[in-house]
Amino acid sequence: MQYKYFPHTEKDIKEMLSVIGVNTIDDLFSDIDDSLKEKDFNLPSSMDEISLRKHIFEIAKKNKELNIFRGAGSYNVYVPSIIKPILERQEFLTSYTPYQAEISQGTLQYIFEYQSYICELTGMDVSNASMYDGASASFESIMMACNHTRKKDVIIADTINPNYLEVIKTYSHFHGYNLKFAKSKDYILDTKDVLAKIDENVACVICQYPNFYGYLEDYDFVAKLKERKILFILIGAPSNYAYIKSPRELGADIACGDCQMMGINMSFGGPYIGYISCVNELLRKLPGRIVGLTEDVDGKRGFVLTLQAREQHIRREKATSNICSNESLMALNVCIYCACMGKKGMYEVSDIRFQNAHILHDELLKHGFKDVNKNEFFNEFVLEYKGDLNKISKQLEKQGYLSGLIIDKNKMLFCATEMNSIEDIKSFAKMFEMKEAL
Amino acid sequence: MDDKLIFEKSSNSRIAYDFAEYEHKYALSDKYQRKEELLFPEVSELDVVRHFTNLSKKNFGVDEGFYPLGSCTMKYNPKINEELAGLRQFNNVHPLQDEKTVQGCLEIYYNTSKLLEEITGMAKFSFAPCAGAHGELTGLMVMKKYFEERGEFNRKKVIVPVSAHGTNPASAAVCGFEIAVCNCVSDGCVDVEMLKGMLDENVAGIMLTNPSTLGIFEKDILTISKLVHKNGSLMYYDGANLNAVLGYVKTIDMGFDIMHINLHKTFSTPHGGGGPGSGPVGVREDLVKYLPNPIVEKKNDKYHFVYSKKSIGKVSTFYGNFNVVIKAYAYILSLGKEHISDVSRLAVLNANYIKESLKDEYILPIDRHCKHEVVFDGIKDHKVSTLDIAKRLLDYGYHPPTIYFPLLFHETLMIEPTENESKETLDGFINVMKKIAHEDIEVLKTAPHTTIVRRLDDVKAARFPKVKYRDLL
Repeated sequence: MQYKYFPHTEKDIKEMLSVIGVNTIDDLFSDIDDSLKEKDFNLPSSMDEISLRKHIFEIAKKNKELNIFRGAGSYNVYVPSIIKPILERQEFLTSYTPYQAEISQGTLQYIFEYQSYICELTGMDVSNASMYDGASASFESIMMACNHTRKKDVIIADTINPNYLEVIKTYSHFHGYNLKFAKSKDYILDTKDVLAKIDENVACVICQYPNFYGYLEDYDFVAKLKERKILFILIGAPSNYAYIKSPRELGADIACGDCQMMGINMSFGGPYIGYISCVNELLRKLPGRIVGLTEDVDGKRGFVLTLQAREQHIRREKATSNICSNESLMALNVCIYCACMGKKGMYEVSDIRFQNAHILHDELLKHGFKDVNKNEFFNEFVLEYKGDLNKISKQLEKQGYLSGLIIDKNKMLFCATEMNSIEDIKSFAKMFEMKEAL
Repeated sequence: MDDKLIFEKSSNSRIAYDFAEYEHKYALSDKYQRKEELLFPEVSELDVVRHFTNLSKKNFGVDEGFYPLGSCTMKYNPKINEELAGLRQFNNVHPLQDEKTVQGCLEIYYNTSKLLEEITGMAKFSFAPCAGAHGELTGLMVMKKYFEERGEFNRKKVIVPVSAHGTNPASAAVCGFEIAVCNCVSDGCVDVEMLKGMLDENVAGIMLTNPSTLGIFEKDILTISKLVHKNGSLMYYDGANLNAVLGYVKTIDMGFDIMHINLHKTFSTPHGGGGPGSGPVGVREDLVKYLPNPIVEKKNDKYHFVYSKKSIGKVSTFYGNFNVVIKAYAYILSLGKEHISDVSRLAVLNANYIKESLKDEYILPIDRHCKHEVVFDGIKDHKVSTLDIAKRLLDYGYHPPTIYFPLLFHETLMIEPTENESKETLDGFINVMKKIAHEDIEVLKTAPHTTIVRRLDDVKAARFPKVKYRDLL
């Protein structure tokens, strides 16, 4: 039984069994029906470290790294070099949820700092310690709004991320909420349709800012919502709010979404980190963990998990959510990123994304693309093309590019970030001209 | 000791980043621009590194000492797994790339499902859930969908034992079920007689973990699953305690139809201070079509996403916490068929050794062979509370066991040592626990004495919530 992760010697086992008063380890399993004891597991043989490394290297090589011009919920962003070594510190990586506050001040303080950053960016009063991802955070926000208003109808803009929409539909079906979809025209929400759908059963309106297609929408219905005590939920990436108006400035009651843009690798979709922040009035409806400041018996400042009476381990089926483990280490990732970027860098990185996207937009217009509307956008936008986008996408992939996402047979959703240099952008745009000629 | 928030270390115009010069050619309309000032720190790169390095020193991890936190399976998180999950070919791929360009990621998902299928007997796993509770919710959605498809809309009730993890009833509630609580008999097992009386045409299923949260194997499990199936209901397995029977019992053989696994417990991926975890859901053959979309299949040596029309839908933005799955895959390959059953055997040996060694000083409510964890009901004579014991353990450099859970006893101490801990480590812990049992009551009641902060005022934190830097200004 010698194996690197097991410290037990034959002598240890013998001594331990004698203290317990049994002859074999199997005696400790005598309460299990013999018919249940599986004799043979058809698993591969144990792999030594050298072979394991080789095996997984071989698998990794089957992936292709591309020059990325696609976003749609996952973004190729700059990850500062200091993030990885800090995330790998065992004190952060190998610890559990900070239930024992006296030896978890490290985790508790970074969650407090994370909450501070999220509140600062969104303009909200309170944030929790994180959610799984943007999609689940969006549904949990809806659940908060429905619990608060004791209503079950939700108006949802059809310009939000379609993956989020799918998740919201799944959860709503099982939980029993009614979704009413507000229409859009040319990838912009039709706010008149939102107003038309308002009635006494509506708990909240949920939109994405900038919307899934990158456009900045005008929410002229907010005053009407306040008047009727309908909550307004805005989905978005917090880093953008250093640059564009924050959810608070737009009149939102709950801000939610994903923080992946804040220095987190794309990693084929996860782990990312969802967030929820809200106005004070909704504090006790927040799901998950919240860290608060307090003092110890000597009057020294310290942090604890607080307002736990909302949570599943206390309230069980009456909890605000079933969430337990969240994405704590990713919250640390966000904290390191925010500290690194600071006040100036948070604005600058958004400005670079904005500038690069606009350069890309103008370059593509020179190579056979047309605008679909005249709205302002942030770092994603939709263009129409006369050629076969499917074919061109495949060609571009062979040249090492991940082009925009095809969202309709002749329309593509593009994205630029700080990772795309101007030279890259120009040569990428030129590719369309070449392919068109083919 | 440095105890400032990073915001309190800020000084005008310091920076910790650099970008190449660029031209401000385009401008956003004024009406879309943020107006409110952003209160963010201004610090140098070394300031950032020191800040977080110093913060890390205020934490306690598995790498530095014994962490017998019951129900959490705080096993060793192998370093090779971190190295492999950190490969750039895994980190730099976009989730919406063409399948042909992400064959490596798809292979990891496919192979890991295959291994888990063999370990549990389930037919297929979905990795979409990002944590255990997310897995529970997803599994319950599969259960509900199954009855919807059969037209049995009356099955609105889920039975949960009183000893269950809090996430069980909470997940059932989020899934829109009503919760019915079943009692336990004195050994912590399900009260089968009560269960019989609860089973009717409105019951969709029962959620169980086996061994139970008291660390006791549900000896009547086959009787229970027969009763539940005879009632037309389904059996849900909460994989939180899978480590106790890993490589020993296949979940499907106990009669379970749906299960989730906590990769961050049983399969060694780090807890990260509360995530990211991964809670894959596995189901028996006829339920595979209901799993979240998409799942990965293999055809002609190529891996593909497969979408089912009967699926419950999507439960996460993309495909779950991919990077965590790589670590679990590496761990299972390292264990292999030679070592997999020793995980549970040694975890159970360790727990029973602690049980026997401490039962003179601590109250052992159930004196039977336990599985991977042992539950005590506080110290003999209850001369101090379980909280006092936990806090005193901090002074001795141990992470305390889980306290006050499960809720069946007043002074619960739940100890889970895992298979990675040596006899010397266990003896050290046992000696300290015995020593604490004879220490001065005042010393115990005022513990901890050596930590960087001492007992914190929870009431104050809740009464006047200060939850962000601006609240301190």
